[in-house]
Amino acid sequence: MIALGILLVLVLLLVVFGLLFRLQILTSIFSGSLTREIGMSNRVNAILMIVFMVVGGGAFAWSFIDNYAKMNPPIASIHGYAVENMFWTTMIILGVAFTLTHLMLFIFSYRYQHKDGRRAFFFSHNNKIEIIWTLIPAIVMASLVFAGWKEWTKITGPAPKDAIVLEVMGKQFNWLVRYPGRDQKLGVVNYRLIDATNEFGFDLNDNNAMDDFTVNEIHVPKGHPVLLKIRSRDVLHGVYMPNFRVQMYAVPGMPTKFWFTPTKTTDEMRAQLGNPKFNYELACSQICGRGHFAMKAIIVVDEPDDYVAWFAQQKSFAEQNPDVLASFKQKSDKLVKSKNTDAAAVMNQTTKASL
Amino acid sequence: MAANIPTNAPVHGMPVVPHIEHDEHMHHDEHHEQSFLTKYIFSQDHKVIAKQFLITGIFWAILGGALSSLFRIQLGWPESTMSWLTPVLGKWVEAGKLNPEFYLALVTMHGTIMVFFVLTAGLSGTFSNFLIPLQIGARDMASGFMNMLSYWFFFASSIIMFISIFLETGPASAGWTIYPPLSALPQAIPGSGAGMTLWLVSMALFIISQLLGGVNYITTVINLRTRGMSMSKLPLTIWSFFLTAVLGLLSFPVLFSAALLLIFDRSFGTSFFLSDIYIAGQALSNTGGSPILFQHLFWFLGHPEVYIVIMPAMGMVSEILATNSRKPIFGYRAMIGSLLGISLLSFVVWAHHMFVTGMNPFLGSVFMFLTLIIAVPSGVKVFNWLATLWRGNIRFTTAMLFSIGFVSLFISGGLTGIILGNAALDIQMHNTYFVVAHFHLVMGSSAFFGLFAGVYHWFPKMFGRMLDEKLGYVHFWLTFIGVYLVFMPMHYVGIAGFPRRYYAFTGFDSFSQFADLNKFISAAAIFAFIGQFVFIFNFFYSIWRGRRATENPWNSNTLEWTTPINPGHGNWPGAIPAVHRWPYDYSKPGAEKDFIPQNVPYSQTQSSNLPNEREMAE
Repeated sequence: MIALGILLVLVLLLVVFGLLFRLQILTSIFSGSLTREIGMSNRVNAILMIVFMVVGGGAFAWSFIDNYAKMNPPIASIHGYAVENMFWTTMIILGVAFTLTHLMLFIFSYRYQHKDGRRAFFFSHNNKIEIIWTLIPAIVMASLVFAGWKEWTKITGPAPKDAIVLEVMGKQFNWLVRYPGRDQKLGVVNYRLIDATNEFGFDLNDNNAMDDFTVNEIHVPKGHPVLLKIRSRDVLHGVYMPNFRVQMYAVPGMPTKFWFTPTKTTDEMRAQLGNPKFNYELACSQICGRGHFAMKAIIVVDEPDDYVAWFAQQKSFAEQNPDVLASFKQKSDKLVKSKNTDAAAVMNQTTKASL
Repeated sequence: MAANIPTNAPVHGMPVVPHIEHDEHMHHDEHHEQSFLTKYIFSQDHKVIAKQFLITGIFWAILGGALSSLFRIQLGWPESTMSWLTPVLGKWVEAGKLNPEFYLALVTMHGTIMVFFVLTAGLSGTFSNFLIPLQIGARDMASGFMNMLSYWFFFASSIIMFISIFLETGPASAGWTIYPPLSALPQAIPGSGAGMTLWLVSMALFIISQLLGGVNYITTVINLRTRGMSMSKLPLTIWSFFLTAVLGLLSFPVLFSAALLLIFDRSFGTSFFLSDIYIAGQALSNTGGSPILFQHLFWFLGHPEVYIVIMPAMGMVSEILATNSRKPIFGYRAMIGSLLGISLLSFVVWAHHMFVTGMNPFLGSVFMFLTLIIAVPSGVKVFNWLATLWRGNIRFTTAMLFSIGFVSLFISGGLTGIILGNAALDIQMHNTYFVVAHFHLVMGSSAFFGLFAGVYHWFPKMFGRMLDEKLGYVHFWLTFIGVYLVFMPMHYVGIAGFPRRYYAFTGFDSFSQFADLNKFISAAAIFAFIGQFVFIFNFFYSIWRGRRATENPWNSNTLEWTTPINPGHGNWPGAIPAVHRWPYDYSKPGAEKDFIPQNVPYSQTQSSNLPNEREMAE
């Protein structure tokens, strides 16, 4: 009933609008304003162009400044500072171009509005200024590209040898994290071994996997390079850590990586922001389904000593899940037995042959 | 009745144009009687097909806009209850909340509809069809029948896409870029079931439509130009449509291949894009495929696609700016050169969408170089448009306003592309609202402005009547202000790192600071959307009751204005006019009027001929 009422009101409004419109046309016909080629509205629009420039430009500048403080995620990695500098330097260059071109656009529109009796300037081309305004952007672009390229190769270059390695694995809809354990080697994982307990798909026949441990919260030490190994076990995800200026897709079937050096511990950042509840967050940046918007993990940046202490406390996956370990043992014992008999058979054959 | 009133542009008449009276030599095509069905439905007349594309495009634009309003409501007021939308959305509102999967479906369909159905088919389909034969002086397209098929394939594709919205499991929901494995596995998201199948089928038909159209546009421009219409006398509109068609012809088949391989992966157990997947409690047998391969294939179309969307708008804006500034377009050859440059470069920049997908970083460097080069021809275009306005004698028709708006939006959105094309900066900005703001300005809104400019400018030729200027002004200012209110603040949200395609930002402390700004953006978006109904009203009202147009209401130089007010099939009742000059002889010194149409020979304009034109006059 209410819907019908609303619909009725809308229809009536539309009719009223239509009638008013018709009336406006008829009056303008009688006043003769429709027969003039260029009327008053030309001037009104020209003035509106200037008004738009001044008011719009002012509003933009004000809102930009007003929101500036909220805009920049606090930085906590070495390359983050470099990227941030480059971003705002580029933005300033863009701002200059934006302002100049818009000034020209709106001022020309106003200044050269139609005047009776005036004729436009027949000006079809001018090679000199065309070359100039091709070259200037080309040079500016070239320098931006060069700066960007240098930074990009540095960021994506090989991680330092002493980097701390950990692996982040995306799944619908959370992040799984594992560390290589004392041996600093991530063990073999296989997606076919995944089940409810063995979420990573550890292959516990691999010795390197024996001391690997999984955690819910990522811990990294301050001032030490960290190499993130990234994978996904179902669809694409994106590892996005805005405070560290880190982003890399998690791709099923194709491990990716990203390394960075954190510069501030969580506590330092909390003190700096005056926000005791602050946490570094890891978000998913690539659409992955229903829970995409809630795929969060917390990263804790520790002082190196605290990190070492934390690391020492962790228990390996194998240790925490003796059942899984036992089932692997069983399987592998069988496998070893059959392998041994195979090997024995081969031995027999070769010895026979040599005899 | 307004319809009988003399119009604002008294027939200046073309300066002594050899003009054949309409009723003397009717073109033969007009002799045979046409039924309603062959005249309006299965028409082979390029003008009717253009209108079919336009009106279908308008339908899709309303739908696409409505979808965006729905998800903006969710983003602006994530805590509020949505029960009041139940009559429209039905089961997708669960206990007062929008279903997060349906949110993704809305985003996906909004993107698909706007990019393909509105800005590709609705923009290029409308104006390439309408203007190519009229502006080059041809009776129709090279193949009217193929042209008709092009529309009807598009129509079929539209129907299928439309049906997919009402499926039990929802339409495709993996984003308009449909990256697998999400788009390949119904276990991952229900929209990847039947919805995705229909999406792929619809898109396959759409590509066929594009190819049929494109082949036709190219052939027509190459072969059917009238006497004297050399490539260097073509209006910039035609150059842009021509190059757009070339881009489409070269890139759409690649999307077709990607879609085909995805269909194989989905239905026939292949592993082109799938590898090492454990989902829904089960390890899939697929190994060896690469999701990145799909992205390469997709963006090999996807990047040229954004130029397919924007180049026709650029062409039309060039034409409209020149006409209404009463000045030649500045740097005609540079304009063609930059179109060529953009077309060429658009094929070698696709991987800038993939800097952080795990692609080899060296490849990223190469694509960064190529991407930033493309800013140069784009910059040249902007400077040339500004120089065209300089010392003009500007008439603010609605089309002109939208063209100026186009230049403004193209600058605002284009500049941020320099940030995103820089791989080092893209690490932070990739998949944030900064990207969303960037492309909505530079290809979304700009292309829409180009579309509006085109409709306001060529409406008199399409329907023989004028759109109401006052309503046009209202529409322009509402839209121009609305678009900026939506997309400028969106940059802030992006710089703050808000990822796109998020149902809500409430789960993260990092993304909690802009709840008010998101409300503001949502309100502005809905405001701008509602403003479009001014145009819808104006459009349909004026088709039947607008003021009657004159033959050349804008005092324009191009050939379409030499046809009768309501040109029949065949366009010119008599012989096709020959072309003698370029289309931009506006305000030529010494000329009697401030425009000299292309079909006026130099011998009739002795007073205004330039030194190099004197000999041609003899």
